[in-house]
Amino acid sequence: MNKVFKDAIEATADIKNGAIIMLGGFGLNGIPENCIAALVKHNVCELTCISNNAGVDDFGLGLLLQTKQIKKMISSYVGENALFEKQLLSGELEVDLVPQGTLATSIQMAAMGIPAYFTPAGYGTEIAIGKEVREFDGKMYLMEKAIHADFAIVKAWKGDKAGNLVFRKATRNFSTSMAKAGNITIAEVEHLVEPGEIDPDEVDVAGVYIHRIFQGSNYEKRIERRTTKI
Amino acid sequence: MALDKFGIAKRIAKELKDGMYVNLGIGIPTLVANYIPQDITVVFQSENGILGMGPYPEEAAIDADLINAGKETVTVINGGAFFDSAESFGMIRAGKIDLTVLGAMEVSDQGDIANWKIPGKMVKGMGGAMDLVASAKNIIVAMMHTNPKGESKLLPKCSLPLTGVGCVKKVVTELAVLAITPNGFQLLERAPGVSVEEIIAKTAGKLIVPDFVPEMEIE
Repeated sequence: MNKVFKDAIEATADIKNGAIIMLGGFGLNGIPENCIAALVKHNVCELTCISNNAGVDDFGLGLLLQTKQIKKMISSYVGENALFEKQLLSGELEVDLVPQGTLATSIQMAAMGIPAYFTPAGYGTEIAIGKEVREFDGKMYLMEKAIHADFAIVKAWKGDKAGNLVFRKATRNFSTSMAKAGNITIAEVEHLVEPGEIDPDEVDVAGVYIHRIFQGSNYEKRIERRTTKI
Repeated sequence: MALDKFGIAKRIAKELKDGMYVNLGIGIPTLVANYIPQDITVVFQSENGILGMGPYPEEAAIDADLINAGKETVTVINGGAFFDSAESFGMIRAGKIDLTVLGAMEVSDQGDIANWKIPGKMVKGMGGAMDLVASAKNIIVAMMHTNPKGESKLLPKCSLPLTGVGCVKKVVTELAVLAITPNGFQLLERAPGVSVEEIIAKTAGKLIVPDFVPEMEIE
């Protein structure tokens, strides 16, 4: 069994036009920088990208918007990207806006093998249109379905060659659930180590979920809003 | 005189009680964290996956891996914890978060809230707002009483696409504190020096005005 790939170019080489891809991260926090750059290089098009946000104009998924490689985005908040808004209003880009908790849970459900579930988020709003509504104990809920993807691409802080991943601080965000939900999951890591170097007690995502792993490089880790103590 | 945004945040801070787990939205709600009464402990949740969110870091302690739901660099307090967003919203849905404070474009006298979309003009998305308003035990809206055109944001019915229905419990504006009741907005307090008449004039939704309306205590 070998899960180790040389780099992002190699790990993403078989992603074809029209693929459905989940990309971990929240804003620019914990995004798979190497793989996004590789997707730009491979110039795969007509992508459906599932990601909480769409990056900013010149970083993160914004890079794939610049090159018009994305056909459809499934996100909860895209307010940081002016290019996104422009492509959406002009009809070049399709978008499904999904409440953040629903997005996270729909991905988690895919990871758990559960096809659908009920949540109160969005009841009585336009996102409820066409969805089954059901009452439980006097409260109204919408039926939401699991969200699957051909590929899940995540970035972890540390990973071993068996695919076990460890995340740092707030970078777990959507990444741990996506990592478990992808039909094929690609993990880029800041530190790739040998099996045994990660304590099993510390593992956030078990190796079974990870199909490809590689040592990432040149992380910029751009900060969107640099706020400091006044 | 009408309050500024800091005044609104100070008034909302008085709603906090010892032991509460609180989620603060972007904008005025974020400022509430600056005015927590000294004698109580509250824990802030950030829905991307932090419990025990602390203040902004010193320059030297900035960490790109640690941001809040507003994408700002933050810190974590002793006793804090990290988790993923699916768990974070599980916490919210399951009622573990005691209070949510968020901004709004419109609130109806039935407690409906609209804050995520202006058709044809603004498509930013709802983020976590729909999940939060559908599940938090107590929801306080922090907003200005009127929009930049001077039109009331406290309405009989929201005109913008809804974020949630019948969920807002209280509204704090630069002019007043209002509770949502089955009979409409109940005027609880007015900002220092603001007249009841001004609040009536700027509230389009159904407003219940008691005989005596005390001034807010801010400091």
